[in-house]
Amino acid sequence: MNHKLDYLLRQGDNALVLSQQLSQLCGKGPALEEDMALTNVALDLLGQTRMWLAYAGELEGRGRTEDQLAYLRDAHEMRNCLLLEQPNGNYADTLVRQFLFDTWHYFLMRGLCTSSDARIAEIAEKSIKEVTYHLRRSGDLMVRLGDGTPESHAKTQAALDELWMYSGEAFLYDATDEAMVADAVAPPADGLRAAFLEHLSEICAEATLAMPPADAWMQRGGKSGRHSEHLGFILAEMQFLQRAYPGAQW
Amino acid sequence: MNAAVGTEQVWRWLAEVSDPEIPVISVVDLGIVRAVAFDGATCEVTITPTYSGCPAMQVIAESVIAALHANGIAQVRLVNQLSPAWTTDWMSEAGKLALKGYGIAPPAQQVIDISGLHAGVKRGALAPLKVACPNCGSAHTELTSQFGSTPCKALYKCLDCREPFDYFKCH
Repeated sequence: MNHKLDYLLRQGDNALVLSQQLSQLCGKGPALEEDMALTNVALDLLGQTRMWLAYAGELEGRGRTEDQLAYLRDAHEMRNCLLLEQPNGNYADTLVRQFLFDTWHYFLMRGLCTSSDARIAEIAEKSIKEVTYHLRRSGDLMVRLGDGTPESHAKTQAALDELWMYSGEAFLYDATDEAMVADAVAPPADGLRAAFLEHLSEICAEATLAMPPADAWMQRGGKSGRHSEHLGFILAEMQFLQRAYPGAQW
Repeated sequence: MNAAVGTEQVWRWLAEVSDPEIPVISVVDLGIVRAVAFDGATCEVTITPTYSGCPAMQVIAESVIAALHANGIAQVRLVNQLSPAWTTDWMSEAGKLALKGYGIAPPAQQVIDISGLHAGVKRGALAPLKVACPNCGSAHTELTSQFGSTPCKALYKCLDCREPFDYFKCH
């Protein structure tokens, strides 16, 4: 597969899968402000998905639109990291997943703002403003819940420990990622990972949470299409309409 | 098409096209319309999305085309431009006043500081923005949530008149 196309699908699919998961919480947030935050973030991510997948479709050159790429690819064709398909769980699970993603996403978008690919740089320049708000919120909530009641602390710590093995996939570069680094399209893993870990340790310290070891064993596979069973259920709901009524339009 | 129509006239027409969510502000005052040009008989309007997922963008695009059609321009081409990314800096002073009159506090600084990572309950918190209450004018206000009823707004409350209000956040 074309490395750049693969790379674009990864960006689009990360945003798409998380957006879908957050959308499922619409009307179910623990507080009105959180309900609106979840759906606002979901909307931002969906907008970003469109920009990534529209570009991917053009680059692919087979006439596939962002909708076709989102709704007509099966699980093994999806390129999102495993972190994003982990279940919503309790609110600590939802939040820690968000915080891990937001932190990585923020530093990646900052790096992509100077991509050698002008279109990627444009998308990153647009996205970084939104992602900054996302990270401010999720970091803030990590502190509130981590340094909150004994129960909120315990749940947040448990979620962090549970999700930790999914936090490293983004930094485990494969041939696609390395090809993008070689072409100055994407930033190298080392600097990104260092910035990610530094922000995490800062927030964990403030949140009185124990940060799991940085050198822990990490899950991988999502970026090359090897997913957990969770993704199938997410796609089954997200893609239902286009599968049942092919080509349906507004 | 009337050959005498110039870009100035088109800008005036577009200044009548309202934002679908905030009807007191036009798409021109909002800074969404970036350029107007003629390519033969085709009027090319360049627009830029505010927030990437903003559902109003589709309606705005349709409204722009409809407004030009209604004024006799049959051929309209919309160009969606991502870069430079839209910023609240492009909102006109008239637009900011209209927002305030509508009960939405206008953006208090020009561009979001993307280096500020801490909304912060404690250490490293960003200096809180001075957002004036659109109801009583007091600067004694507090952020309730960074996310509000649309992607462009945050929720604030006034600590003097006790009214909650929307704040058009910096971008």
